[in-house]
Parts: sequence; structure tokens; C-alpha cells
Amino acid sequence: MGEQKGLTIQGNMATALGAKLSRPDVIPAYPITPSTLFPEKISEYIADGELDASMIRVESEHSAMSACIGASASGARACTASASQGIALMHEMLFIAAGMRLPIVMAVGNRALSAPINIWADHQDSISSRDSGWLQFYAEKNQEGLDLMILAFRIAEDERVLLPAMVGIDGFVLTHTVEGVKAPAQEDVDDFLPPYEPPHGKLDPEEPMTFGSLGTPEYYQELKYDQTQAMENTPEIIDEIFDEFEERFGREYNRITPYKCEDADIILLTMGSMSGTARAAVDEMREEGEKVGLAKLTVFRPFPGDLLKEIAGDADGLAVVDRNISPGFGGAVFAESAGTFINENRSPLMKNFIVGLGGREIFKRNFKEMYEKTKEAVEAGEVKKPVEWINMDEDVMR
Amino acid sequence: MMSENEEKELLASGHRMCAGCGEGTAMRAILKEAGPNSIATVATGCLEVTTTAYPQTAWEIPLIHAAFENAASVASGIEAALKQMDKKGETNILSFAGDGGTFDIGFQALSGMFERKHNVTHICLDNEAYMNTGIQRCSSTPYGASTTTSPSGKESIGEDRPKKPIARIAGAHDIPYAATATIAYIDDLKKKVNKALKADGPAFLHVFAPCPTGWRHGSDDTIELARLAVETGVFVLWEAEDGEICDIKITKKPKERKPVKEYLKKQRRFAHLTEEHIEKIQKEVDEKCEQYGF
Repeated sequence: MGEQKGLTIQGNMATALGAKLSRPDVIPAYPITPSTLFPEKISEYIADGELDASMIRVESEHSAMSACIGASASGARACTASASQGIALMHEMLFIAAGMRLPIVMAVGNRALSAPINIWADHQDSISSRDSGWLQFYAEKNQEGLDLMILAFRIAEDERVLLPAMVGIDGFVLTHTVEGVKAPAQEDVDDFLPPYEPPHGKLDPEEPMTFGSLGTPEYYQELKYDQTQAMENTPEIIDEIFDEFEERFGREYNRITPYKCEDADIILLTMGSMSGTARAAVDEMREEGEKVGLAKLTVFRPFPGDLLKEIAGDADGLAVVDRNISPGFGGAVFAESAGTFINENRSPLMKNFIVGLGGREIFKRNFKEMYEKTKEAVEAGEVKKPVEWINMDEDVMR
Repeated sequence: MMSENEEKELLASGHRMCAGCGEGTAMRAILKEAGPNSIATVATGCLEVTTTAYPQTAWEIPLIHAAFENAASVASGIEAALKQMDKKGETNILSFAGDGGTFDIGFQALSGMFERKHNVTHICLDNEAYMNTGIQRCSSTPYGASTTTSPSGKESIGEDRPKKPIARIAGAHDIPYAATATIAYIDDLKKKVNKALKADGPAFLHVFAPCPTGWRHGSDDTIELARLAVETGVFVLWEAEDGEICDIKITKKPKERKPVKEYLKKQRRFAHLTEEHIEKIQKEVDEKCEQYGF
């Protein structure tokens, strides 16, 4: 094992470094705030001779994903980075990448969607591509952004998976924030992540194949079933690869990580950078004698319902914290959590809290408020208002 | 002139194109000229739908279809991947799209591919409307043509805009090769395919391919119409090498131009045109030919 190098870097630099250590062949990218530093760093690595790869400076995000698809189908390891409107623009191609089972990896600088235009953090961009068939990972801190990039390639390229993956780091809160990280040695990453060789063929004149066929009603549903099965078989493969990563690099990853949940009456379910603040809030509440715990989602797709049931099945209340909103229902994590428990004999009462949209800060007091509101519902034995927006400014609302 | 690939069919028979489809004739010649050491992308459209229905394929070379507007971007990714992964650069990379996938929705991706100087040949199979979706007009549809979204009627002549000069616009990207061709002159088409593939950088080929279904002409008139388009000056065959878009070479100059009426009257999409309309079209064709120097 080579020594892990300590660095103090911004989130985008961490995901770019994770990508570099994964030795991508082709990186088509288009700049968009707040993920711009990713293509900048990749360009710099190439310019300085530190990375032997081809960067395509495409004219749009749609073409970025299209070129990733062409490169990946040719047998190249392809990755890109984007955010917000960029992910919305490439939405069409996300489904096509997944449908062709191409293990493309994308670093996402999670950002709100227009209108009004807003460059700051929330999860609406990647959450809105939930159904595209991509694996979705969310980082709490820069170290996770770096590690999850390497893990994403390894998981995506596993012959039992072959699905594209995105790694989300919150816009500005992580993308532009400097934190200490440990960078694995190149030879150790090479050992963990062998070169990509498509197991089922590629665009090769020696063995011609057609990619992206017309799927008529006689075939389409079965092909989609196959693709969905691949996603559904993924959790145990992710666990296996997370375990191997921990053995090699000493850092633990879980699809959901519980914190002080064993005896908790009420559990907060969070995703992304807010988890650090939530953990601090849990610690303070624990000191005050409150039986509260935290469950941090690292993998949103496939949704780890199995682990959520284990972690929160015995709790009285589950406060699901969403940094996204589906107008007309609630947050995405809430919908998935509710669905997870639908056929269980016992389920915690659930409340959904919408927070942090468009870069609105999330404070410890906000988590305490969510806890209190969930506790009230538990004590009353009913949830009167399932979805509540937290940290609203009454002056702006007037 | 028999090329070494002459014997081998790279677009298998048994595809689902309409009888008399100009695209089939074009593709047969183009792929023969390109040969088996080629990789193709294809935009959504007639060519894709008629040749790739799972679990069959008519393609004897590797093909990828991704979406409608991005054949050139997907090709960019392939080209970069092959270059990066130490291929010798001998594989031809072809990007196919119809007129909709080239003139309209695919134009941005195409312009980007040209500007970045990928070694890709983009071939537009032009049948002058969105034929795959049912004959809707696009920016390639010529003045006076009746389509399902530019129908002729009491208040309408049909399409009321002129055809976009796509090959000149492509050439204006200073790419090493841009040309127009048609299925009526297969040798000329093949020669141009060859030059496009040999060019050091991006190339553009605009291939005029009549559509019996959309133009409403007899399926045995396809080649005849492609020839008449050239003989009347409606479609001008030219090429521009080494980015010399201001110095294009006319590759087929009719000795005596036939009246456009001969071309128009064979197609029911123009059946509603009055003598007056036809005169107007003739005048515009005359002016265009004058620009081209004949």
C-alpha cells in the first residue's frame, strides 16, 4: 500500500482528482457553475502531462453526454461533470447512456434549477434524473467526493452492474469549500480499478455490432426489465465493493450510515453536506437527553430500502429531510422512504422537511426544529401535516 | 473504377425502407466506398428506424444510434476514444443524419464537431422534410412544397421559405472537405465519399435522396428525379476542398439546363403550383445557377 497523500482542496478538485486517479480515457465536458473547476482541473492535468486522456471541449452538455456515450461504446473509460441546467439539458441522453448499459461516471455539483435562476446548492438537478437508470451517490464531504468517484467507476464497470453513475457534491458548500482529504496512491487505485474492457463488445470493425436499436413493443419491456434487474441486483455488489475499498483504503462507506440510531426514538434521514450539521445537532440533542439518531444516505439509487428498514424500522418517528421538491407531493427521499415501509407491519411515523433549496443555509437549530415537530407527531400519534418547509423567511413571504 | 470493396454489401438487403427510397441507394454506395473498417453513428430518422429493429440489424459495420440531434457529437466521442486508445487512425468514422437531423435539430452538434476538427465525415441524407414522422416541413423543404405542416390551400402555397443552403454553411466552418452529391451520379457520389474520408479533419457530404412517400412520386422515378434536380439546376453538385468555400468547384454542369417544370411536375407535393408559382421558382433557380457560374 502506497502512502495516502494529505491535501487541502476544494470539492471540485477532489472529484477531479478522484477522476484522474481512475485514469479516464475521454472527458467531454462543458463548463457550468458550480462544477466548472472539474473540467478546469482535468484540462490542467492533461496540459501538465499528469493525465493521459482526451478532453473534448464540447459545445453543450447535451453533446458532453452524447460524446461520453460514443466514447464509452468504443470501449473508453468516459466521464464528465455537470450541474443544474446542464443536467437538465442532457436529460435525454442520461436515459440513453443507461439503456445502452454504458458505465459513464459524472461528477455533479448539485445546484438548483431555474426559474428563478440560482447557482447555489440543492439536489433538484440529480433528483430530477432519478428515473434515468443511473446509480446515484451523494457525498457529505470532499473526501467522500474523491473516494466515491473511484468507487463509482468500479461499481459502474462491474460486469454484474454495467450502469452509469453520478456522484453528487453540494454546490459551493462542497464544490468551492476547502477541506483536508487523503488521496490514495495511484498504484493502489490501479490495483482496485483495473482498465475498463467492455464485457459484451464495443464499436469495433473486427466484430460489428449495432448499439441503440429500435425496440418494438415485442421487445422493449423485456429490455427495460433486464436493465431494471441490473439496478436491483446492485445493492449487494455495492456493499461488497464498499467493503473492499475499506479494507484497501481504510475508509468506511455504507449505502446508509446510521449514527446513534440503536436506541433512537426519532431518526433524521439526510443526504449530502447537510449530514455533518445534522450530526452535530444530534450530538447536542443527545446531551440534552433526547433519543435521536441520524441516518445518512450515500446511495440514493438504487434506494437502500432494506437498510432503512433495519435502521429505522423500530423507531417511532422518521424525519425525512429533502433538499428537493416534487411540487404536488413532497421530497423525493420522503416518497421513497414512505414507499419502503408501505407493506411493513410496523412503520415509524414520517414527516418530510423541505430545506436548503437554492443554497438556503441549514442550521443545527433547523434539525432540532424538525426533531421537535416529529416528536410532537409521535406523541400525538398522528401526522397532521406530512410535508413542512423549514427556515422560511416570513419577511420574504409577505 | 472498381474499388476493392465493390463486392461486399455493408447494408444488408431486407431492411424496411419504402420501395424506391433514395436513402437505400445512397447508403449502399456510401458504405461500399467506406469499406468494412468503418464505424457509424446514425441520428434518429428513417435510416435508423428501417435498419435497426431489434433483434435484427442491416448494418455490417459497427453502428450506434443515440438520439435525433447528436449523431455528430456521438461521433466526436468515438473519434476521441479511438485516437486516445492508440488506434492507428485508419478507421473511418461516419456520422449519418437526415435533413432534419442535420439542418435543424442536429445543427449545433454538427457545428461543434466541425469546429473541434474531429476526423469525422458527416453525411446528410436529404429528402427535404421530416419523413419519418410523416412529411412535416423542415428548413430543408423547398419553396412551394406541400407537406403536412405546410399544406397548400386557398391561403397557402405550401412551404413559403427557401431551402437552407446547408452545404455552404457547413463549408463555411473552414473544414477540409464539403460537397453535394446525389444518387443519380453514383460515381460522383463515391468519389466524394472517398475524398471526404481521406480529408484530414471533418468533412461534410450533402446527399440528395428523393423520397417517393413524401414527395409523392412513383417509386421508379427516384433516380430520374435525382437526375432532373441536377439537370434543372434545382440541386447543384459541387465540392470545396481544403476549406476553400469561396472557390467551390462545380462537379456536374448540365450543358443545357432543363426547365424546373420537368422536375416539379413529376411530384405531387408540387401539384398545386400555378404557372405563376413555377415561373417564380424558375427565376430563383436561374438566379442561384448564375451565382454558381452557370
